[in-house]
Amino acid sequence: MKHEATLWSRVEALLANVQKPARYIGCEDGALTPTYGPETVSWLLVYPDTYEVGLPNQGLQILYELLNEAADTAAERSYAPWTDMEEQMRAHGVPLFSLETHRAAADFDVLAFNLSAELVYTNVLNCIDLAGVAVRAADRADDDLFVCAGGHCTFNPEPLADFVDFFVIGDGEEVVTEITESLRASRGEARAERLRALGRVPGVYVPSLYDVVYDGYRIASVAPRFADVPARVDKRTIADLGAWPYPKQQLVPLTEVVHDRLNVEVFRGCTRGCRFCQAGMITRPVRERPAAQVRTMVSEGLKRTGYDEVSLTSLSSADYSGIKEVVGGIIDDPECSGQVSVSLPSLRVDAFTVGIAGEIQKARRTGLTFAPEAGTWRMRQVINKLITEEDLYASVDAAFSQGWRRVKLYFLIGLPTETDEDVLGIAELARRCAAIGRGHTKAATVVASVGGFVPKPQTPFQWFGQVRVDELQRRIWLLKDEFKKIKGAQLKWHDPKASLAEGIASRGDRRMGAVIEEVWRQGGVFQEWSECFSLDRWLTAMENHGLSPDDHVFRHREREEILPWSHIGAGLHEDFLWDDWQDALAEYGLPDCRWTPCYDCGACTEFGIEHVVASNVPPAGGSQGTGQDLSRGGDVPVTLLATRAGVSQ
Amino acid sequence: MKLRVRFQKLGKVRWISHRDIARCVERAVRRGKLPVAYSEGFSPRPRIAFGLALPTGAESLAEYLDVDFGVNEVDVAAVGSALSAGLPVGIDVTATAPVPPGAVSLQEGVVACRWELGVFGDPMPDDWFAQSAARLLAADELVVTRERKGQMVSDDLRPNITALSAEARPDGTPILAVELSTYPRGIRPADLGHALELPVTRLDVRRTHQWIAPDGARTEPLMLDETSYPCPNLPPTTHQPPGDVVVARTA
Repeated sequence: MKHEATLWSRVEALLANVQKPARYIGCEDGALTPTYGPETVSWLLVYPDTYEVGLPNQGLQILYELLNEAADTAAERSYAPWTDMEEQMRAHGVPLFSLETHRAAADFDVLAFNLSAELVYTNVLNCIDLAGVAVRAADRADDDLFVCAGGHCTFNPEPLADFVDFFVIGDGEEVVTEITESLRASRGEARAERLRALGRVPGVYVPSLYDVVYDGYRIASVAPRFADVPARVDKRTIADLGAWPYPKQQLVPLTEVVHDRLNVEVFRGCTRGCRFCQAGMITRPVRERPAAQVRTMVSEGLKRTGYDEVSLTSLSSADYSGIKEVVGGIIDDPECSGQVSVSLPSLRVDAFTVGIAGEIQKARRTGLTFAPEAGTWRMRQVINKLITEEDLYASVDAAFSQGWRRVKLYFLIGLPTETDEDVLGIAELARRCAAIGRGHTKAATVVASVGGFVPKPQTPFQWFGQVRVDELQRRIWLLKDEFKKIKGAQLKWHDPKASLAEGIASRGDRRMGAVIEEVWRQGGVFQEWSECFSLDRWLTAMENHGLSPDDHVFRHREREEILPWSHIGAGLHEDFLWDDWQDALAEYGLPDCRWTPCYDCGACTEFGIEHVVASNVPPAGGSQGTGQDLSRGGDVPVTLLATRAGVSQ
Repeated sequence: MKLRVRFQKLGKVRWISHRDIARCVERAVRRGKLPVAYSEGFSPRPRIAFGLALPTGAESLAEYLDVDFGVNEVDVAAVGSALSAGLPVGIDVTATAPVPPGAVSLQEGVVACRWELGVFGDPMPDDWFAQSAARLLAADELVVTRERKGQMVSDDLRPNITALSAEARPDGTPILAVELSTYPRGIRPADLGHALELPVTRLDVRRTHQWIAPDGARTEPLMLDETSYPCPNLPPTTHQPPGDVVVARTA
């Protein structure tokens, strides 16, 4: 269906009725206005959450620029309209629209979703429906657009397999242009043929080209329907982050958003090997951006945007091998004249890192966040977050002594092998940290934030049966009672019911699609927003479709089992993941492989690439209590296939 | 040195809030490397004083802000261009001038504003605006009930209305032009729209003037009239990073 060139006047007529109308106008600095010709392949990049959450997403912004730079290709953006706007749009027959030219979503060739969290799945369905396109892929006609999805959640694409025509696995930088060209070449052909052609693009997974056979609640087989369709779709990985200095013109929104600052990605991938962390497992190997490029991107970015804050982003930015020099360079840059603050998300827990934080956050020194993740050393060995208590106390002491007044500690509960002693260990750490704080300032507060652990696909914990809601709740109450006795420490926790819904969506197979569709049809959008969330909708939908959380969420899975995502390759050997799971149960920690011998997880060897580091000297203080000899760090050649016993004990 | 800046807000950006504008101006100041004075304290902010807030969704031809450059002397025209270049599409600086010492603040000085009220979407019947204007001018009072600090209060809006007429914009769009006094208590154009039974959610509002009366005689804080104030003709916004502003520092 072709709509008028722009829906702006119809959209504008709705804006006085909604909160935060600035969400729907576009006009950001850095926004691009594409032109359309008869041959143009057009993408609408959709972040299926609110504008404030979605706008800063770097992945979406990178692809937005790359696609608009490509020949005869156009990309615009859209975000999930909040419920008040959706109501207005449906009442007045206004479809989902792009923000740049306010074009109807159905007029694009591809509706591409960024999936960063599972609880947005119902929003994906809602956006497809608001676009005026059939929600189920099987119901789409030849001239309907293609629905595609990328991002971390696509490492288990199955729960959305019924709704998404094709998924992109891994880094998107290279593959988006290949997809564009495939779509251009197949234009005019039947939809099934076009999908078949897309399935030949490496890293593209077309679920309709695979048959899934079930055996009760388990999967009996997943098989490609044609000989030219790969049995396993492997992720795409860009070898050199330095070749992709994007986004070049980060979007500067006119209204307040989360992470409202300049963001520069300093590396991709992580080798810490935290076993609960999907991002760390699926984005290996580490690829650092050259230090000179980081400095240029920071100084050009600050000049262009007018921001007074820059965040050096990655999964663990203090691990960047040139962190001290880069940070020093920003601080000493006369252009910045002391008005710029630098932030490092995911601070590592050691005093060295706090020292860096002290150098860069001269103003607004209010709160500092650490993530020890678990309350006892035993538990931290299980999850491979090898922070000793001494590391933590030294960091907290350094933070309070340098003028911070609030320390936030992130923990997970419901981890494999967790006992009440491990849970209470959280309170003990908080109590000691609060006491350390009081030694420096009366105003010291410690906030412990506790979230229920959701096992994720493509991690060593993918076999683990998630802990039930009532048990999680009991552990939270246990902590709550304990925190009442602690002076200067507060406990915050996430709703364990939301963790169950996330568990359903995370490790579900294709049959979970019907559940997601029902939750959406019952009005369950914005499920990561507590005011919109209801677990009952999920449980009722599961029951209506003959599925049980016992089988799909709480059950420990077995090694021989075909997992719903077994035909998606994250580059990690299944043996590596299983052995790492066994090491976890045996409480063995595995040190960072960037500076130690290789464990042959598969991420480097399978793809013929290696960790790329900006400096051959590892950052100081990075041992995180593992006793690694970091003074030799970068000089040590990577040794392949070291024996596990030799390194893990 | 203190500079008064007049700017307009037209088009899609009308939907950003007063607070959003403040953030955009701060960023534009940094982008233009303007040597503004900063507040003291733990978290220093550029010293910029904004005039009366414009409701979110309203356009304006007459918004104002004062920028304090402290001891720095700046090129008045260059500041306007630099600021305009760093502001979003649709927000453009139309005049700049030094604020004379002892001038009353924008927040306190404005005595009245002229507004234009139209509607988005389906137009109103032909003579609707003329009839409304006539009816309203003939009325002795115009009471609306609205919520203020959690309490429902009734206000008579009639004393605030100092002029009212049905007019048309150059493109022929019918509008109601109204002048609202800020005394005894400021009223929002939406309140008037409500009283007029205009479809409030489709209200198309534009502020065209803010008036001050420093010596009893009415004038604008910064006229777009070159005989009254130095109002350089600024080039249209290019949205390229601006060049450095010529700065002279006194003592």
